[in-house]
Amino acid sequence: MKKEIDEKCEKEHPFRSGAQCVIDGLVKEGCEVLFGYPGGAVLDIFNCLYDAPFHFVLSRHEQGAVHMADGFARATGKTGCCLVTSGPGATNTVTGLATAYMDGVPLVCITGQVPLSMIGNDAFQEADVVGITRPVTKHNFLVRSVDELPSIIAQAFYIASTGKPGPVVVDIPKDIQRQMTQQPIPETVQMRAYKPHIEFKQADVQALAEMIGASERPVLYVGGGAIAGEASAELLQLAHRAEIPVCTTLMGMGAFPENDSLSLSMLGMHGSVAANYAVDKCDLLISVGARFDDRVTGKISEFAKHAKVVHIDIDQSAIGKSVRCDLGVVGYIKPVLTALLAILPAKSHKEWVDRTQRWKDRFPFTYPASKEVIMPQFVIEQICEVSNGKATIVTDVGQHQMWAAQHFCYTRPRSFLSSGGLGTMGFGLPAAIGAKFACPDDPVVCVTGDGGVQMNFQELVVAVEHKKPVVTVILNNGYLGMVRQWQEMFYGNRYSGVMLGQSNRERSERIDEGKEFLPNFVLLAEAHGACAVRIFKPEDVAPTLKAAFESKKSWVIECIVEPEACVFPMIPPGQAVTAMINRTV
Amino acid sequence: MNNIINCLVENEPGVLARIVSMISGRGYNIETLNVAPTQDRKVSKMTMVVPGDAHIIEQVTHQLTKLVNVIEVVNMTNQRHMNRELILVRVASKNHVNRSEIVDLATLFNAKVIAVQEDSVTVQMVGNQDHVSDFLHLFEPYHIMDISRSGVIAVGREVAAAKPVS
Ligand SMILES: Cc1ncc(C[n+]2csc(CCOP(=O)(O)OP(=O)(O)O)c2C)c(N)n1
Repeated sequence: MKKEIDEKCEKEHPFRSGAQCVIDGLVKEGCEVLFGYPGGAVLDIFNCLYDAPFHFVLSRHEQGAVHMADGFARATGKTGCCLVTSGPGATNTVTGLATAYMDGVPLVCITGQVPLSMIGNDAFQEADVVGITRPVTKHNFLVRSVDELPSIIAQAFYIASTGKPGPVVVDIPKDIQRQMTQQPIPETVQMRAYKPHIEFKQADVQALAEMIGASERPVLYVGGGAIAGEASAELLQLAHRAEIPVCTTLMGMGAFPENDSLSLSMLGMHGSVAANYAVDKCDLLISVGARFDDRVTGKISEFAKHAKVVHIDIDQSAIGKSVRCDLGVVGYIKPVLTALLAILPAKSHKEWVDRTQRWKDRFPFTYPASKEVIMPQFVIEQICEVSNGKATIVTDVGQHQMWAAQHFCYTRPRSFLSSGGLGTMGFGLPAAIGAKFACPDDPVVCVTGDGGVQMNFQELVVAVEHKKPVVTVILNNGYLGMVRQWQEMFYGNRYSGVMLGQSNRERSERIDEGKEFLPNFVLLAEAHGACAVRIFKPEDVAPTLKAAFESKKSWVIECIVEPEACVFPMIPPGQAVTAMINRTV
Repeated sequence: MNNIINCLVENEPGVLARIVSMISGRGYNIETLNVAPTQDRKVSKMTMVVPGDAHIIEQVTHQLTKLVNVIEVVNMTNQRHMNRELILVRVASKNHVNRSEIVDLATLFNAKVIAVQEDSVTVQMVGNQDHVSDFLHLFEPYHIMDISRSGVIAVGREVAAAKPVS
């Protein structure tokens, strides 16, 4: 009798190893691709991975794996998954985790750990991963018993994807991966302290509707939260219902179509004149899932100084953090906007919109055109044109990132992926590969600099290997351009530690066809199995891009561009909109 | 201004580290900190005294609330409450010099002399924040050899505030 019961129980809840629980948990959560890198402390999980129904992608550096999972998550809204070993494997993920954390990207990162009994003994490849990653994750777990593993995996995904999303680390000691448990995967996650289901207050929405009704010069200021909250459709309706011009942050790019008559494009340090003027002159600023980053506000006391400020955010702590707040609406953005639309009467702000339109007409993003030299901004325009605006743009960090934001017309959410909060050079290429895994049918373009691309160049081989063609466009100016620009503008032209590209190159000189390239990106790309070309002339840009898009292969297109182009407009850090510099020639 | 913040947390390994690292990582200070289990074994109460203006305290409260293991955060300073701190202070009194003065002072504060040694008197005092600071102020002229403070603890007085823990 006893034996029968045991057998029945065993059938319903078979024994599984901790490692198998990890794989089963990932399957249950709908993991499609797992990015990672093996090592001693995760061998058991890799052993189970052998039979897993989802795809495993081997990166060439753990940072690359996390950025790939991040790119996958940004492109889809699904939770990205990665798996690495203990010690150095785990510490290599830190930059990737911090990048995802700052931008609120849902990730689950599984790390191996030395056996439980050896923790704290400075064992081989031991690192205090929970301690190291605590400030750069939304939450992390050290698994202490195999029986809690199934529910921890479920909790990790729940935490990563709800509320303000973010990365979660699950650190699993090796012995726990080998132990057996009968614990099933929980059907639902119940956590005592973590309650992400915030109900907004209808009264706040009512107050907001009244403020819009009373406003003559409203502006919507849209951040990444509107994309994470899938609220683009509601946003579009709202803007048109009450005729409100819309500017977006770098992270909010694409949440509102930039070809819409109400779009003012990006605001902030390198934002459009129209967006920054509008925020300066508005009487009501409605922030939608934006967090008033200092790259947006500049001098806080001058920011939107004539306006009542409304913050709509899922994160209570983001409300009133740096900028005063006349009304805070805490809640998920989509339901908040839906409730607002249900009560908001149509309204015209024609005079105000006309005024913003005049700024748009007068001060578009512009640059000195050239027939001889490739202007970096021109390359971005051509990417937009050749792809019919359909490309997903993934960037590194620097001047090219700002030009990519300014000169491409973004019309759909998740079409511009960039490390906004942390500003991580090296993000672009691996994140682009992750995005390509997520959207294999869309053209994915990594816009990068000669500096940033070298930080994770090794990942190119992954795109080639898995036939996930990514077009990498290197805007090679021979400098760490953004740093050079600051040295030019704020440090008396003293270029210190920013020259790249050719040894003994004269300052201000363009990379020269006749000399040796350092590194030779074309050879480097070819060594990784990609197609590659170096171009010097503006007329070569469009045909090269076209060929690359049509080839369905991974390409590296190195554009030798004007070396000392600067990103304008620019509001110097910590200053007000009145200090805006807008050199166009 | 000092604020007394009560924070109910899941009683799990590493929770204290999470709270302390968030507070220090964001540049806030903790003046005193007390942690102990509650009537529910799975829940601990942390009481911390955090200096700062209203804006800072609001941020601290929100950032604490955001932590996954934090159940509830209450700024006790904003409501009727009682707070107490226990201090043990060892005051030098070599060859019994000053001893009666010290004992007198202690008596005024309802404090107890809990040890007398050749070189010192040890006093135990329990009081709210005001009493504690008055007490310490009056002891300043003496040579304090050692002092240990429990950190402030507090309970609410309002009926509605006495929520069940779970
Ligand atoms: C990992 C990392 N290190 C340093 C920086 C600082 N930084 C910001 S932009 C920049 C220059 C980027 O140069 P490049 O990749 O050539 O792009 P460009 O600005 O020339 O377009 C640097 C060094 C950073 N953002 N990230």
